[in-house]
Amino acid sequence: MSAGPGPLAPLPDRVVRDPVLLAFADEVGGVDAGPVAVEGGRTQWELGGRSEPGTRLVRAPAGVVAFEPAEMTIQVRAGTTLDELDAALEPAGQRVALQGLPRAATVGGVLCVGLSGPTRLGHGHIRETLLQTRYVSSEGLLVTAGGPTVKNVTGFDLCRVLVGSYGTLGLLAEVTLRTRPRPQATAWLAGPADPADLFDRLYRPMSLLWDGETVWLHLEGYPEDVAVQTAIALEAGLQPMAGPPPLPTGRHSVEPGVLRRFRPDRAQRSGFVAEFGVGVVHGEWPGPTQGTPDASVVTLNRRLKQLFDPTGRLNPGRDPLAPSNGKADHR
Amino acid sequence: MDGTLVAELSASLSPDRVHNDHLEQVLYGRDASLMRGDAGVVCFPLTTAEVQACVRAALRHDRAIVPRGSGTGLAGGAVPLEQPLLIVTTKMTGIEVDLDNRVVWVQPGVINLDLTRHLKPLGFHFAPDPSSQQSCSLGGNVANNSGGPHCLAYGVTSAHVVAIEVVLPNGELAVLGGLGADPAGVDLRGAFVGSEGCMGIATRIAVRLTPNPPAVATLLADFVEPAQAAAAVSAIIAAGVVPAAIEMMDQRITQAVEAFVGAGYPTDAGAIVLVEVDGLPGGVAFETEKVREVCMAQGARSVRVAADEAERMLLWKGRKTAFGAVARVKPNYYLHDTVVPRTKLLDVLRQVYAIADRHDLIVMNVFHAGDGNLHPLLVFDAREPGILDRVHAAGEEIVRASLEAGGVLSGEHGIGLEKQPFMALQFTQPDLDAQARLRDAFDPDGRCNPAKVLPAGSRCGDLAHLDAHHRERLLADGVWV
Ligand SMILES: Cc1cc2nc3c(=O)[nH]c(=O)nc-3n(C[C@H](O)[C@H](O)[C@H](O)COP(=O)(O)OP(=O)(O)OC[C@H]3O[C@@H](n4cnc5c(N)ncnc54)[C@H](O)[C@@H]3O)c2cc1C
Ligand SMILES: Cc1cc2nc3c(=O)[nH]c(=O)nc-3n(C[C@H](O)[C@H](O)[C@H](O)COP(=O)(O)OP(=O)(O)OC[C@H]3O[C@@H](n4cnc5c(N)ncnc54)[C@H](O)[C@@H]3O)c2cc1C
Repeated sequence: MSAGPGPLAPLPDRVVRDPVLLAFADEVGGVDAGPVAVEGGRTQWELGGRSEPGTRLVRAPAGVVAFEPAEMTIQVRAGTTLDELDAALEPAGQRVALQGLPRAATVGGVLCVGLSGPTRLGHGHIRETLLQTRYVSSEGLLVTAGGPTVKNVTGFDLCRVLVGSYGTLGLLAEVTLRTRPRPQATAWLAGPADPADLFDRLYRPMSLLWDGETVWLHLEGYPEDVAVQTAIALEAGLQPMAGPPPLPTGRHSVEPGVLRRFRPDRAQRSGFVAEFGVGVVHGEWPGPTQGTPDASVVTLNRRLKQLFDPTGRLNPGRDPLAPSNGKADHR
Repeated sequence: MDGTLVAELSASLSPDRVHNDHLEQVLYGRDASLMRGDAGVVCFPLTTAEVQACVRAALRHDRAIVPRGSGTGLAGGAVPLEQPLLIVTTKMTGIEVDLDNRVVWVQPGVINLDLTRHLKPLGFHFAPDPSSQQSCSLGGNVANNSGGPHCLAYGVTSAHVVAIEVVLPNGELAVLGGLGADPAGVDLRGAFVGSEGCMGIATRIAVRLTPNPPAVATLLADFVEPAQAAAAVSAIIAAGVVPAAIEMMDQRITQAVEAFVGAGYPTDAGAIVLVEVDGLPGGVAFETEKVREVCMAQGARSVRVAADEAERMLLWKGRKTAFGAVARVKPNYYLHDTVVPRTKLLDVLRQVYAIADRHDLIVMNVFHAGDGNLHPLLVFDAREPGILDRVHAAGEEIVRASLEAGGVLSGEHGIGLEKQPFMALQFTQPDLDAQARLRDAFDPDGRCNPAKVLPAGSRCGDLAHLDAHHRERLLADGVWV
C-alpha cells in the first residue's frame, strides 16, 4: 500500500461521519457483498437495460439535510422525492431546475438516469444542478465528489460522470443541488406557427415544443417581460393555453438544427412532440436521428466502468451506452 | 539528444513550428504563476492531425506531453516538468459558426475575447469572461473550466461547452459530448472540462451561442465598511435576484485601479460592489431597483447606475484591469482563488486581512463576490529577502481558513501544481482515488501533463481488494494506514 499523498490529512469535517450515510454504506457493503442497485421511484426502471436477476435492491436514504436560502443550495439525501424537495424549497420562493417530472421520482434516480426535462431550453441540462454528491463506491466506501459551493473547480469532476451513469459507477447517497428563484409570472401559449421564426424572435424562452404543425410556448420571468414576449407570440398566431400537450411515449435525440430544417409531410405530423432548440423528440420521430458513438467513446465508457467497478457489482444489466432511443417512457 | 524527435516532428509539422532553442524553452517554462519548469521540445501544430502526430511522436520517444494555450494559467497547470513535449495551441485559431445549432466550433487557440468579438455582429457572445479574456485561449478555458464575472447567472465554461474533439493521450481521436440532445454514455465531455490538460488535448470545441441581452444595467454601490459590502452581496442573493455579475473590490485595490485607469471609482470607499443585471427590460428595471434598495438598506453611501454604454464600459474596465493596476503598488503578486459559502464571505474576508497583517503583507481583494469566489491578492517585491516564504505561509493560512469555513480550494484557477499539496485537506483518500481512476480512464499511462492536480499516491491499487477491516478504517479516518 502506498504511503499516501503527503503529510496532510483531510480536515475533520471532510471525513463523512453522518450515521445515516455510514449505515447506507454498510447496507451496500464491500466487494464481497455481491451485486447491488438502488431502487428509486421505479419511474424509469427499465431504462438502460434490464436489472440482472439476483441483484440486491437497496433504497437511498431520504430527507432534507440542510437548506440555507441565502446560499441558494440545498443538501438532500438521494432518496428524497421531487415532491419533498419542492415542498422544502417552495416557502423560500426557490426551486431546483427539475420540473415536469413524475413527482414520485427520487433526486438520485433523476440524476442517475440523467435525462433532462422539457424546461431544458430555459434551465439548461439537469446535470448543471449537481454541485456535490456523496456516493458509495463499489468497495463500499463513501466518496465525496464535487464541492458544496456554487462554484468549484477543485480536482477532477466526478459529479459529471455520475449523472447519467444509472448507478453503475457508484450509488448516490446524498446530493447538494443549486437552487433558483421561482419566477414571478409564467404563461403557456399554443398555435400553428413556424417554430424557427418564433424562436429567433424570442429572448430565452423556457420551452418551445413543436409537433410538426402546432407550437407550444412556455414563458417565465418578470410579469412585464412575460407580457412583452406573449405579445410577440400572439402576433405570430399563438393563443393562451393552460399547459403543455401530453408528451407521447418514446424519446429520441437529434441535433437542434435538424428540427429547423425538417419539414414533415401531413402523415408525419402529430406523432411526435419535439423540444425546439434542444433536440429531444418525444414519440415517433420520422426524421433523421443521431449516429452511434465513436469507438473511442465506447472504449472510454468501458474503461471507466472497469476502473470504478472492477467486479461489476453495481447495478449489473444496466449500461449507460444502451440506446435509449424509443425506449424511454415519459411517466 | 532530442535530434530524432525534432526531426520526426519537423517532418510532420514543419521545421519552423518545432522549437528547441534555449530561449524558447525558458519562455515556455512558466505560466502566469510563480512556478517554473523545464520545457523540452516546443511545437506549434495547426490542425488536429498535427496534434495527433505530436502525441504519437512523443509516445514513440516515451516523452510526456503538456498542452498549453496562452500560458495565463495561475496554478502552474501548463508549467512543464522534466522536459516534456509541449504542444502549444496558439496557432490553432479557426472559428466556424453553426447558427442552426446555436453553437460555434473553435480551435483551442482562439482567444476568448476574439470569439466574443467575432460573435457580436450575429447577436451572440460566449458567456464566460475571465479577467484575462484578452489573452487566454478557449482550450485553456475548457481545461480549467474557467469562470468570470458574468458566470454568476450564466454558469462557468462547463455549462457552455457542448462537444469537444480530443486527441487522447494514446493519439486516438474522440468526440466527447455532441450537438445532439442526449449523447450516448456518461458525460465524458463534463469530465474533460476542468481536467487541466491531464486527459488529452482539446483540438476542436463546440460552445453554445448566448444571445446578447436586450437590456443591461450596471450599478456601482459604495460602502464605508467592507462588512457592509459583503452583507449587501448576501442580501441581494437572498432577495431572490441573481444578477449577471456581482463583483467586490476593497479600498486598496479600488485606489490602485482608480490611479491606473480613472474608472470613476470612489477612492474613499471602504469597498465597492459592481453589479450588473441583464435580460428583458422589465426585469432589468425591477432588479436595478431591487439591488439599489438592498444596497442602501445595507448602508451604501450611494448607488450609481451607469448612464450610458461608455460609463458602463469604464466601470468594467476598472474591474478587468485590476491586476495590471497592482503592478503600480508592488512588482509581484500572488493571487489566491478559493470559494466559501456566500454567507461566510465576511467572516473569511476578516480572516484574510488578519492573516496578511500577521505576515506583514499587503493584501488587496477584488473578487467574484456573488458566488463566494475570493481572490486575495498578496502584493510584494520578490527582491525583498525572505518575503516569498511569508507569502506562501500566508497563502496556506488563507486556504485553510476558506476550507474551515466549508469552502473549496479553487473556484476557477484550478489546482495545477500550486494547490496540489492541499488536495489532501479537502478530500479523503477514497475521494482522491476516485478522481485518479477518472483520469486513468483517459490516460492509463500518465502521459498527459503528468504529476499535476492529484498529489502523488492518490491512486491506491489495493482498494479493489479491500477487506472489511480496512474498509472500516477508511470509512472512519478517510486515510490509509
Ligand atoms: C424535468 C425532467 C423531465 C423528464 N422527462 C423525461 C421524459 O420525458 N422521458 C424520460 O424517459 N425520462 C424523463 N426524465 C427522467 C426520469 O423521469 C427520471 O430520471 C426518473 O423519474 C428516475 O427516478 P426514479 O427515482 O423513479 O428512479 P428509478 O426508476 O427507480 O431508477 C432509475 C435508475 O437509476 C438507478 N438509481 C436510482 N436511484 C439511484 C441512486 N440513488 N444511486 C444510484 N442509482 C440509482 C436505478 O438503479 C435505475 O437503474 C425526466 C427528468 C427530468 C428531470
Ligand atoms: C490577470 C489574470 C486574470 C485572470 N482572471 C481569471 C478569471 O477571471 N477567471 C478565470 O477562470 N481565470 C482567470 N485567470 C486564469 C487563466 O487566465 C485561465 O485559467 C485561462 O483559462 C487559462 O487559459 P490559457 O490559454 O492561458 O491556458 P494555459 O495557462 O496555457 O493552460 C492552462 C491549463 O490548460 C491546459 N490546456 C491548455 N490548452 C489545452 C488544450 N487545448 N487541451 C487540453 N488542455 C489544455 C494546460 O495544460 C494547463 O493545465 C486569470 C489569469 C490572469 C493572469
